[in-house]
Amino acid sequence: SILCNKTCVCPASQIQTVTLIPGDGIGPEISNAVMKIFEAAKAPIRWEERNVTAIRGPGGKWMIPPDAKESMDKNKIGLKGPLKTPIAAGHPSMNLLLRKTFDLYANVRPCVSIEGYQTPYTDVNLVTIRENTEGEYSGIEHVIVDGVVQSIKLITEQASKRIAEYAFEYARNNQRASVTAVHKANIMRMSDGLFLRKCREAAEKYKDVKFTEMYLDTVCLNMVQDPTQFDVLVMPNLYGDILSDLCAGLIGGLGVTPSGNIGANGVAIFESVHGTAPDIAGKDLANPTALLLSAVMMLRHMGLHGHAKKIESACFDTIRDRKVLTKDLGGNSKCSEFTEAICQRMKDMD
Amino acid sequence: MTTRSMRALSGTLKPLFSLRSPQGFVVAACHQTHKSTYTTIAPPARYGGRHTVTLIPGDGIGPELAKHVCELFRFCCVPVDFEVVNVDSTKTSEDDINNAIMAIRRNGVALKGNIETNHNLPPSHKSRNSLLRTTLDLYASVMHSQSLPGVRTHHRNIDIITIRENTEGEYSSLEHESVPGVVECLKIITRTKSLRIADYAFRTAREKGRRRVTAIHKANIMKLGDGLFLECCKEVASGYPEITFNSMIVDNTTMQLVSRPQQFDVMVMPNLYGNVVSNVCAGLVGGPGLVPGANYGENYAVFETGTRNTGKSIANKNTANPTAMLLASCLLLDHLKLHGYASMIRKAILSTITDSQLHTADLGGKGSTSEMVQSIMDAIQSSGPRTQRH
Repeated sequence: SILCNKTCVCPASQIQTVTLIPGDGIGPEISNAVMKIFEAAKAPIRWEERNVTAIRGPGGKWMIPPDAKESMDKNKIGLKGPLKTPIAAGHPSMNLLLRKTFDLYANVRPCVSIEGYQTPYTDVNLVTIRENTEGEYSGIEHVIVDGVVQSIKLITEQASKRIAEYAFEYARNNQRASVTAVHKANIMRMSDGLFLRKCREAAEKYKDVKFTEMYLDTVCLNMVQDPTQFDVLVMPNLYGDILSDLCAGLIGGLGVTPSGNIGANGVAIFESVHGTAPDIAGKDLANPTALLLSAVMMLRHMGLHGHAKKIESACFDTIRDRKVLTKDLGGNSKCSEFTEAICQRMKDMD
Repeated sequence: MTTRSMRALSGTLKPLFSLRSPQGFVVAACHQTHKSTYTTIAPPARYGGRHTVTLIPGDGIGPELAKHVCELFRFCCVPVDFEVVNVDSTKTSEDDINNAIMAIRRNGVALKGNIETNHNLPPSHKSRNSLLRTTLDLYASVMHSQSLPGVRTHHRNIDIITIRENTEGEYSSLEHESVPGVVECLKIITRTKSLRIADYAFRTAREKGRRRVTAIHKANIMKLGDGLFLECCKEVASGYPEITFNSMIVDNTTMQLVSRPQQFDVMVMPNLYGNVVSNVCAGLVGGPGLVPGANYGENYAVFETGTRNTGKSIANKNTANPTAMLLASCLLLDHLKLHGYASMIRKAILSTITDSQLHTADLGGKGSTSEMVQSIMDAIQSSGPRTQRH
């Protein structure tokens, strides 16, 4: 299949293959919704469906199924639905496995207010870029003596440099004006200090993008008062986790927030970050917006801006119209009805 | 543990790792009885009926706000004398902060502005504020975020008390570069301190008649560290059957706070999450200019603004919002059991806040600091006699 990186513009006749991981719970139905919408939009995408369940490889190490890995390595681009996290299954979470397998070092979450889905905050338009491999989530913990536990936060020069450069590259490619590094270097002098230094070095190489630094607590304080003052935020793992969820809350929650994970070797997996919602699975009640917007993000990453805009507009117009909405958006319609409304809108656009 | 890394350990961990008799100390630590924290902190001695309180102006807007506090107290004839101790944040020697700490030990109580930390200095230069908190073992940082009438915010009816562990966790300042380009930062969670803060949270909830305590954590990822914290909270919760206890993961918490903050009552958490959550709560009710904060230890109490900002950019422009600092001084008065003065000043502050004409720039107004303070003094004067029989 033909591979496309984000800087080339592909003619519509070139079909690209994307690995699709439907996931669990409501995953299959929202994936179907996205496939239907892409078909109606005549997007040049061919889906290659794969399932990921942890299997024991040679040597006893947990890994994803080889056909899934092969597909991702070949196609480079993937779309993923929610995966259930098993408790006491003996293996780590699938999301963690995927992250390790493809070295998904950057988690990108653009948060844009959705007209028609009212929240106390309007005009939010920011992007959180979170380092996804180290930091506080290194998983290294010890019990020093009974009752004293030590968790290690790891910050490396290499990972910090990589995420900082990605953030500026993203800002430049997406016409964003500024990048803000979020840190707590007043308290964690060496670790966050190193992260900050790498951000400053990257800023030197991208003079066209404005660079600022802000303490984590100040960002939180200002974010809930006036989120419009922020543009692109780059930060280590834990702060990224907290802030990206905070920003998702500003625009309406995980049900409407897209997310993308960028890995080494050009791999990129876009996903919906909400749960599997087992209580409504299979009942045609799910809201496909998060997965759809992630798919739109994927199209932009691939350079298919025209199709991305078409699908996004159809989705936002349908929500703004407030006639056909799923239950979590405040309406009464089924998932299939919502999907149909978006498809119809796109047909009308042509 | 090498001798070198031992020297870097904070006071509490040192005896555990003493090279002299490791076994003995470890055993002693394990059998260490949990010191009872049920004694209330006695207010320090009054000499001639007047209290002496340490005042650390700090940087940025600190000095001007400290001046306003003194002015207001003098106006109301509050029986408090301030012992001013300046801490120069540009100096690298720790003499200033040690003097301040000694003054607080002497007086037992302090009111402070935030001392700036230049984070470009090497790690040997520790944050002065952090030093103060850990040396005096001010283990509980309490912040009460309440929606105020007359202040426009995205949400209404917020009433959250955040109780944050103030001395350990991510703020242990234990970092090292084991390999060039790889930095390790240690987050320490101990059973003793977790039990202590959980106990403080439940006791406070009981005293103030609050119904629910929520523990904030990330135990799904930091299984041992935050797992221990959560376990301690659950243990303490069993001793307070009338109070509902639940827990929430920190990222979900921030999401819930910006969509439905009214669901929270009292929140207890380790240091870093406390930093994030308390700042979010302060932002939700109107910003850093409105919320006071208190740091309580077993023997000392230090009051300051809730979000601990220096406000460098608005320093000396007479535009800072004095509410947070003045409400902190009311908390100070309550601590000294001067409740009459505290409620008098608090009432005057709240009546001033409802008048949007006087709002300072952070609340979207054009008022000045001095105008607000003057209005508070006028409100006090018009409400009755300046002095109260005590």
